[in-house]
Amino acid sequence: MERVVERVAVTGAEAVANAMRQIEPDVVAAYPITPQTPIVEYFARFVADGVVRTEMIPVESEHSAMSAVVGAAAAGARAMTATSANGLALMHEIVYIAASYRLPIVMPVVNRALSGPINIHCDHSDAMAERDSGWIQLFAETNQEAYDFTILAVRLAEHEDVRLPVMVNLDGFILSHGVEPVEFYPDELVKKFVGELKPMYPLLDTEHPVTWGPLDLYDYYFEHKRQQIEAMENVKKVFPEIAKEFEETFGRKYWFVEPYRMEDAEHVMVALGSTNSTIKYVVDELREEGYKVGSLKIWMFRPFPKEQLQELLNGRKSVVVLDRAVSFGAEAPLYEAVKSALYEVAARPMLGSYVYGLGGRDIKPEHIRKAFEDAINGNLIADEQRYLGLRE
Amino acid sequence: PVNIKQLAQEFDKKEIGITQGHRLCPGCGAPITVKFVMMIARHLGYEPVVGLATGCLEVSTSIYPYTAWSVPYIHNAFENVAATMSGVETAYKALKNKGKIPEDKKYAFIAFGGDGGTYDIGLQSLSGMLERGHKVLYVLYDNEGYMNTGNQRSGSTPPGSDTTTAPVGKKLPGKVQLKKNIVEIVAAHENVYAATASLSEPMDFFAKVEKALNFDGPSFLAVFSPCVRFWRVNDDKTVEISKLAVETKYWPLYEVERGVYRVTRKPRQFKPVEEFLKAQGRFRKLLSRPDAKEIVDELQEYVDRRWERLLTLEEVTKDKPIR
Repeated sequence: MERVVERVAVTGAEAVANAMRQIEPDVVAAYPITPQTPIVEYFARFVADGVVRTEMIPVESEHSAMSAVVGAAAAGARAMTATSANGLALMHEIVYIAASYRLPIVMPVVNRALSGPINIHCDHSDAMAERDSGWIQLFAETNQEAYDFTILAVRLAEHEDVRLPVMVNLDGFILSHGVEPVEFYPDELVKKFVGELKPMYPLLDTEHPVTWGPLDLYDYYFEHKRQQIEAMENVKKVFPEIAKEFEETFGRKYWFVEPYRMEDAEHVMVALGSTNSTIKYVVDELREEGYKVGSLKIWMFRPFPKEQLQELLNGRKSVVVLDRAVSFGAEAPLYEAVKSALYEVAARPMLGSYVYGLGGRDIKPEHIRKAFEDAINGNLIADEQRYLGLRE
Repeated sequence: PVNIKQLAQEFDKKEIGITQGHRLCPGCGAPITVKFVMMIARHLGYEPVVGLATGCLEVSTSIYPYTAWSVPYIHNAFENVAATMSGVETAYKALKNKGKIPEDKKYAFIAFGGDGGTYDIGLQSLSGMLERGHKVLYVLYDNEGYMNTGNQRSGSTPPGSDTTTAPVGKKLPGKVQLKKNIVEIVAAHENVYAATASLSEPMDFFAKVEKALNFDGPSFLAVFSPCVRFWRVNDDKTVEISKLAVETKYWPLYEVERGVYRVTRKPRQFKPVEEFLKAQGRFRKLLSRPDAKEIVDELQEYVDRRWERLLTLEEVTKDKPIR
């Protein structure tokens, strides 16, 4: 099939909604919340105009959104939802259940700060609150990535060795409402790529009745958790295969992480999401000034690509980790994961933890430059959490 | 309409959908409720797909690696069986529209929830399902408290019932509030069929299940479902207590179909509500209080008024459906 792409300027919300249109899931259950709302609005329009044959459930809360997609997915349908912040927090209980039932649900999460105080702007506190829920977590830097990941996630979630739900994270407002050029692939090509869902033990198969969600006590619960761990481990094997097929089909290459100017980099910055664009800009500036710096974008946060980080960061002089979320009383979540991964490398770099952008606080090139300068000057303390763009 | 003998013969040869071997207490109203509903559904040619809210019925029928269910079953959480079944029913519609399900296959989507999962924590989810018009039969087995966790007060617990979170004490007479009127709440949604049922009136029960399953929209059946353990009655008194509840106007049998009320059983003679209370250990402490008469009289007055109101509603809503 010929690959004729359409390059258009769209918001991240429109890009994701367009991916959902092309995927055309059987069921979408969603509840509006800023800044996820435009995704649901675009999609509702597709349903209203008969562009998709999806059945939409306009639920009365996010808790019911996740509950309904669990029901739909267990019934044998391809089911999706989308949410943000407090909506995700309200779903929390069922987010865990969806993963433990091994339901291949795909959910774009438009990252927004969790209350309180109430705030509608971007940070990663919502996604981090679900990091141990058993969902695969992908983070997009651009609207293109948000579009691509939504498509790719369907295959990853539904792979027989995985069968786990996937969150596609995109930064609230920055991506969801920010306009960028996105290359849309032809509908037929996307449909061919995602293929048909092969339901496992669907409720609607009355010839083969199954019991979903039995009471699982100390005699089996532990073994079932072990299976979930195994499924998550399998993602590390399956994801590169699907990413390769994605590249062959659509021409874009994805992996667990994206190294940027890393070849001879002595100082490396690690971050999630849209901030990576600003980091790359600063890396370019510093490179021009003769500093050997690079950056490492984390595309996949769960499962955490520990081996890839060890390989790429072993022997660097320093590693600076930027977090858009905190863990009160402990290290910031991305920093903690990176630090833990580097414990066993032969040549451990110096480490620095920088928290930025909470509640949508803007992150500017000078902030990133400041963190890099600390690294270059050898002014990093592994046990110290520092802040960028904070008034103190 | 089918009679009990025919049903017994029919289900002597085929499965009801819930099998023996579950771990509910002898005398529990919940499995009888399930059997009544499932037998009618299967007798009418429906393929049941059931959803359960967390509760006694759920934990006692599905302890891994065993299950008492021989039909497709899903339990998700406590407060969301209505939303979960909304998803199941919508999946059915979507897959049918795409030609992935035979046109002539008759599914019955049935949710079972206790009073905690229905009156209290699951009320929003239930309202959403009703408002959106999912074709699901929601069956409430109302045992008037959080019995699975050991007899705590719910929005359905009657006044004076001794529970662990609203105990009859030296000062307080137990719960002081009346039961929430769940049928009225359900019936206040547009295009629903809502009814009460009692295990002591199987023919009335069966007729309502049939009506509910054939209703073009969401339907709701509130079943008075004694908990012999925490109502402190012998395990052979389930049906007797149910009968008393009807005869004392405590549990009037009626239905509301798109706003039209119909009282389906009108006993010629009523018994005082005190007889219903006296028959159960859960009211024993209340009845031994000095202010017992006052509380019992209040309840009597309430059930009398409610009965009169129901008859009036039946009269005035006759031939006046909401839609």
